[in-house]
Amino acid sequence: MRAAARPYDDVVVAAPVTIPYVRHSIKSAHWFLAQALAKLIEAARLRKTDIDGLAVSSFTLSPDTAVGFTQHIGLSPRFLEHVPMGGASAIVQLRRAARAVEAGEAQIVACIAGDTNHVDSFRLNTASFSRFARDAVYPYGSGGPNGSFALLTAHYMRVFGATPEDYGKLCVAQRRNALTNPLALFRKELSLEEYLSARLIADPIRLFDCVMPCAGADGFLVMRRATARKLELPHARLLAAIERHNAYPDDPVQFRGGWALDREALYAQAGVSPKDIDFLEAYDDYPVMTLMQIEDLGFCAKGDGPQFVRRHSFTTQGSFPLNTSGGQLSMGQPGAAGGHLGVVEAIRQLIGAPLGTQVRKARLGLVSGFGMINYDRGLCSGAAIFAAASGRKRGHKR
Amino acid sequence: MSSPVLTHLVSDIVAGRLRVVDLTHTLAPEFPPIVLPPEFGESAPVRIEEASRYDARGPAWYWNNLSFGEHTGTHFDAPIHWVTGRDLPNNATDTICLDKFIASASVIDCTREAGEDADYLLSVAKLRAFEERHGRILPRSWVLMRTDWSKRASDPVAFQNFDETGQHTPGPDVEAVRFLVEERDVIGFGTETIGTDAGQASHLRPPYPCHALMHGAGRFGLQCLTNLDLLPPTGAVLIAAPLKIRQGSGSPLRVLALVAA
Amino acid sequence: MSASPPGSLGSGQRAKRRNPLVPLKPPSVPPSGRSRAAQGLTAAAALGILALQRCEDCGAVQYPPRDACVQCLSAKLRWRPMRVGGELLSETLIRHGQELFFRHRAPFRAGLVRLDDGPSAIVALHRDCEPAPSRLRVRLVLDKAGQALMIGLPEKDTPDMADDSLIRDTTCAPRARKVLITDAKTKLGRTMVEALLAAGAELVWAGFAAPWKPSPHLDALGALEPVTLVPLDVSDETSVRELAGSIGGKVDILINTAEYHRPGTISSRPGVETARAEMEVNYFGLLRLTQAFSPALKARAADAPVSSTAWVNILSTRALSNDPAHGTFSASKAAAFSLTQALRADLQASGIRVINVFPGPIEDEWNALVPPPKLSPAALAKAVVDALERGLEDVYPGEIAKDLIARFLENPKALERELSG
Repeated sequence: MRAAARPYDDVVVAAPVTIPYVRHSIKSAHWFLAQALAKLIEAARLRKTDIDGLAVSSFTLSPDTAVGFTQHIGLSPRFLEHVPMGGASAIVQLRRAARAVEAGEAQIVACIAGDTNHVDSFRLNTASFSRFARDAVYPYGSGGPNGSFALLTAHYMRVFGATPEDYGKLCVAQRRNALTNPLALFRKELSLEEYLSARLIADPIRLFDCVMPCAGADGFLVMRRATARKLELPHARLLAAIERHNAYPDDPVQFRGGWALDREALYAQAGVSPKDIDFLEAYDDYPVMTLMQIEDLGFCAKGDGPQFVRRHSFTTQGSFPLNTSGGQLSMGQPGAAGGHLGVVEAIRQLIGAPLGTQVRKARLGLVSGFGMINYDRGLCSGAAIFAAASGRKRGHKR
Repeated sequence: MSSPVLTHLVSDIVAGRLRVVDLTHTLAPEFPPIVLPPEFGESAPVRIEEASRYDARGPAWYWNNLSFGEHTGTHFDAPIHWVTGRDLPNNATDTICLDKFIASASVIDCTREAGEDADYLLSVAKLRAFEERHGRILPRSWVLMRTDWSKRASDPVAFQNFDETGQHTPGPDVEAVRFLVEERDVIGFGTETIGTDAGQASHLRPPYPCHALMHGAGRFGLQCLTNLDLLPPTGAVLIAAPLKIRQGSGSPLRVLALVAA
Repeated sequence: MSASPPGSLGSGQRAKRRNPLVPLKPPSVPPSGRSRAAQGLTAAAALGILALQRCEDCGAVQYPPRDACVQCLSAKLRWRPMRVGGELLSETLIRHGQELFFRHRAPFRAGLVRLDDGPSAIVALHRDCEPAPSRLRVRLVLDKAGQALMIGLPEKDTPDMADDSLIRDTTCAPRARKVLITDAKTKLGRTMVEALLAAGAELVWAGFAAPWKPSPHLDALGALEPVTLVPLDVSDETSVRELAGSIGGKVDILINTAEYHRPGTISSRPGVETARAEMEVNYFGLLRLTQAFSPALKARAADAPVSSTAWVNILSTRALSNDPAHGTFSASKAAAFSLTQALRADLQASGIRVINVFPGPIEDEWNALVPPPKLSPAALAKAVVDALERGLEDVYPGEIAKDLIARFLENPKALERELSG
């Protein structure tokens, strides 16, 4: 049994920003990241030099890392993280930044993620994504995550009885949530019939199970609550956060993630339980992963995911609000930034400034991250619980 | 000082009073080479490999690199070729006296005999019969054995004419060679086949008499000749000069015959 | 029973002729980038073996290939043959390939298999595999890029299973193909022709040099209907070029059996003429063949319904380490071996497989003084057909060859000393 992590000492997140996603861009990752940082500075009414900590995630910054990026944008941070963990990057950045501001090693940490998407960059990225992918996945033609997730999806269906309709219900609900979000790339209502009749990409994965790779950026600031108050910034409190890498390596096929190992620690640190959570921002590239997160984060037992799906509506104002901005399935997936989308949406819900529809009485939000299909499964998992800043009881006005 | 003979020679050629007959096969990789039992060293085949042909290897010029054994194609045998002639003076292609490269020729027609028997051996009797009709074979002249074997050259199998007992091609017998060398003092012996000796000459005593006795006496050989049917029995003059190869045992060459029209 | 894909051949049929007005499909190959560790898979696949890394310290078997033991971090990883079965846990039908090669082949199956020796592997699935969960056979083969590919086959053979594109892409079966055997005058040449015909080749061109040298083998072949005797002297550029000009655009498989061999130590025969003759045939002959035949072979690598597919070289174990009793011959075969590696690189982008066969001494007149056991021409021809049908790259046929390669791989210096004794 691992020792419980020390609770966070009044660490908050603030200033959620998004550089609108586009399908393809001729701009570079540097451009998107710089724009995200500029928008953070503007949103928090800071000078650039006030940012003394920086965490960066990007798949398309090559050959640079966060280091080269500091010179690119003329920033001299005393705390710097490069977090190449795909959809788990936001949670991991958050955890590093939180401890840094607690310890006084930085006062304001900008957590940003951004990617560009040239016409051929998806193919080129997947071709060289990881050594195991190059050696043992790409030669089999699956070309990116579709094939790998198809295998996980098919296995989960066979073993736990999920149906295409279960997956479809999640996709349809998330699209519903996106309808009011002006930044979503997909804002046309999706029916279950359309979902089911869409073409198969890699059986059993259908077109609307897949996120669309795009260009874009997201960012948020991490600081002590006192700092946020001095800056008069709306903010949400960080209650707990976990991360885990390469969990359950002996499972022959992935049917659970690191959340299952760490969820007790997560809720203990936050002092809450799953039933207290008002909304979930799950990492949603492929609905099977959403089902696993629902199970592994304790909202239902392993294998009960399909039943859980059948009991809830998942719309922002319905039961068990899920991916309230529409998630990546509707907003698009800008490379590594996919993981930041959940955090910025959670902050927006908790400070009462969502892009789309407000979750009623949103007090506690759980954000989950997942990333890096290194070979046959995603290796990085993370989750964080945020609370609305003022008054446990009171809801926020938009 | 000009020689009237040379003047006449040229003017007769120009006027067509003298014909130039080519006794040479085209030197080419596919022309059948001499074949020895595989335990012996072999003659290198004729090979013509392009060095360039108006291309990247030489944009404005065409040329080949050649390789071949000394005894390929229509070729000349020098006395040094055989062990019996190895110690003679002036026995190699570079040291043979030049005047020997031009000589008259008698053409013995053995077409009928060779057509009936591939192993036909030219005898002294046949030579004497020739002399009765055409006069005595001159000293220092070539004796050419016409068999029309050259007409088989387009069919390499028929030209080589091997079976399980070896090659079957006509040639002179031992006594005929001895007669030509000792009684007639010829300059050399020429054939249309591969070898001045018959295909089965290894079974004669001595084996390969035309090689052993001719070369042992400092005489020459010409092999793989063609167009002998265009020559008169007597009166033709052969110009047959091998390449000047240092200590060469022979060489492919162009054999020209001057014939009265 | 699933239907045959377009262009497949029912057994015993002749290939349908290609429409000459339709442009030739350009060949494409799957992605070939691999880590150095993963080339261990390639080495095993070249021999037709399913091998994985096994830790010498703790015994853990792992996949994908790593540079350290996943259990105990030991660096003592050895490639060991593994059981060739597994359980299919999950599968997908990939309908859209990113790379051109896959785009041309979609849809195709891929599966996640738990290998009997432990690790899970993504495999390319044969169309006749039962749906998950099911047992299947696992093979490590070479793909069109010449790199290792793990494939899942149905547990038991199914009718026409060779017609699956997965099998066709990873093998070079002679069935319905046209084959050139460069020298058919020897016992080996004749046996090779007969073996290729027995394996279903549609046509065999049987090459012969020096037509005046009689060959009972060639005479026997000339009587066979699917055999065409063709003049070919690999030591003559013109001869090679002329034959390529007449049949080069039709050859699907080239098997180079032409060989010049004179036994003897290098001091037993003065001069270089015999050695040169060996080089002329064994080395320059191969070079002439590659220059004349590989362009059309490459261009037709994706031809339909039948494509060019392979180039077979009969080398020798003596190419690996010199056998001083055959000193110059060994050297000429070593030169040829080196050239085959260049040929392989040249043909790689088109997906044409270069198969190198390294027999020990063959039963022929030039090995007459070599004590038995020797490899019979029939065994060598069988090994060539087997290599084509399984898509192997390196073949060591017979006990002598297997013994030699094992000794060579274990300690090349020791083998050098042993051969000099």
